[in-house]
Amino acid sequence: MSLLRITSPHTHRAGRRTSWVMQMVILATVPGLITQTYLFGYGTLINLVIACLTALLSEAFILKLRNRPIGFSLSDCSALLTAVLLALALPPTVPWWLTVTAVSFSVIFAKQVYGGLGNNPFNPAMVGYAICLVSFPVPMTQWIGASEIIQAGAVPSFSDSLAAIFGSLPTIDSYTMATPLDAFKHKDGLMSSEAYASIAGLQSANLVSWMYVNLAYLAGGLLLIWLRIITWHTPVAMIAGLGLMANVFYGLDPDNAASTIFHLTSGAVMLGAFFIATDPVSSCTSNRGKLVYGLGIGILIYVIRTWGGYPDGVAFAVLLMNFAAPLIDYFTQPRTYGHKKAKKGLTIGGEK
Amino acid sequence: MSAQDTLAPDTPVENPAPAGPDYQEILYNGLWKNNPALVQLLGLCPLLAVTSTVVNAIGLGLATIVVLLGSNIAVSLIRNYVSEAVRLPAFVMIIASFTTCIELIMQAYTYELYQILGIFIPLIVTNCAILGRADAFASRNPVLPSAVDGLMMGLGFMFVLVVLGGMRELIGQATLFSDMHLLFGDIALGWKITFFSDYPNVLFAILPPGAFIGLGLLIAIKNYYDEKEKQRVAKAQEGQEKVSRRVRVTD
Repeated sequence: MSLLRITSPHTHRAGRRTSWVMQMVILATVPGLITQTYLFGYGTLINLVIACLTALLSEAFILKLRNRPIGFSLSDCSALLTAVLLALALPPTVPWWLTVTAVSFSVIFAKQVYGGLGNNPFNPAMVGYAICLVSFPVPMTQWIGASEIIQAGAVPSFSDSLAAIFGSLPTIDSYTMATPLDAFKHKDGLMSSEAYASIAGLQSANLVSWMYVNLAYLAGGLLLIWLRIITWHTPVAMIAGLGLMANVFYGLDPDNAASTIFHLTSGAVMLGAFFIATDPVSSCTSNRGKLVYGLGIGILIYVIRTWGGYPDGVAFAVLLMNFAAPLIDYFTQPRTYGHKKAKKGLTIGGEK
Repeated sequence: MSAQDTLAPDTPVENPAPAGPDYQEILYNGLWKNNPALVQLLGLCPLLAVTSTVVNAIGLGLATIVVLLGSNIAVSLIRNYVSEAVRLPAFVMIIASFTTCIELIMQAYTYELYQILGIFIPLIVTNCAILGRADAFASRNPVLPSAVDGLMMGLGFMFVLVVLGGMRELIGQATLFSDMHLLFGDIALGWKITFFSDYPNVLFAILPPGAFIGLGLLIAIKNYYDEKEKQRVAKAQEGQEKVSRRVRVTD
């Protein structure tokens, strides 16, 4: 008699392999990708191509060094997903070598050095992003503004995007503009109402374009929840954490703090909530753990945005909570079947 | 309490060989097999903190060599007169004296470098590599082998410092040997090599995380090389045995 031997994870639906999950997550970023391309030009698409090529090459290179099967690991698409997330997170005008650095660093050092997919304690894409943000702050904070209010009057053409990425584009300044978060951070003591009226980056066209980006990622994220690739816990907790902090401080001081809706619809909140914080490897496993983890990210994003040195804090918040994820999991183990109470915290392994 | 009890469990104790010191062994130990930075992983604090350029690395490396050489000689000289119980404080006093000397010398002759290296010159006192050599080698061996050991350990430490400094300087700002005049005077003004003139500085390599990753890479490369070497030696021995056996068979 032949027995069918199946190794874990024992999923209840057949055919949902790692590569399927990764491909679906990549597909779910398509609305965001289209929106970013529409609003900021072809730079994101060019970055995407560079990032994917770099990810595949560096993954193959390091697998060869480690004497691991190359085709097997490449075909699970996890390196591609890292590349896609990074390409979406990087500004559309970054030079090509910056994308190459970010992607190769995240694949080689953040993922493969720790032992490959499933062993990395940190989100690889965010490690690559943080390295570049620390090393090259100028190109990393240069975003294209909404086409109505920038000098050039239109998004960069394909050739201009290529020139910005592969060489130098003298007219780059006519396209770029401070993002709403950056502009709000440097409003230099102006009241919020004055800032909205006078600072270019805070004009409604710019705010709206970032809102569209976030809505597109929200749509992609809802698709992931509908496909049951991610659960609602992390994103909801993260958005709630950020919203709560923003609400409290906006309520206390509406003249200087940004409103809740401003915080939720600018920067990388939705991309972070649905695509980055939900990374199954580096985030929490239990449902209650995911709630704590997401809440922590949300609070940290607000803290970094408001009192930190960088305009947006999604990458650093996710990395900091990645540190805490194993501890949170330790304290939030669910009740196992047959036990009356969940074993959690200090009672694990003890008598009590 | 014996010396063995007070040592950290992983500190290697090297008793003198009965047939006299083997200088080749000391040299090989210091530079490669038991390298303070790559194998013992001692003195990491200055190693990681100041190796952002080659000149910093050479400056701190030279200072460490002088202290290590001096303290090894002095410890070896007093090894039979200091009781077991107070030997560590005595060693630390000796090391601290040498460190103060080198600090004053650097302050006098290489003032700018002294300011760049800052707290890490006085901190040579706490470099475990120095106290480790004093306790594990110099306090059990005659003067000459101790001096050779101090020199070789110091050179091994400086070698890693310079390689790491070179790596970080090259990746961080695409130059090599910049600011060497701080250490070697005006003749070194033209030593700076610039590889790309419009290189964007990679801040990450200059900041401490770059040092951790760089050191990790160096250790990995050393272990890889040692492993290959071991395999090669094993293969060579195997080959020899086969040859000799074959000779017998054809007989």
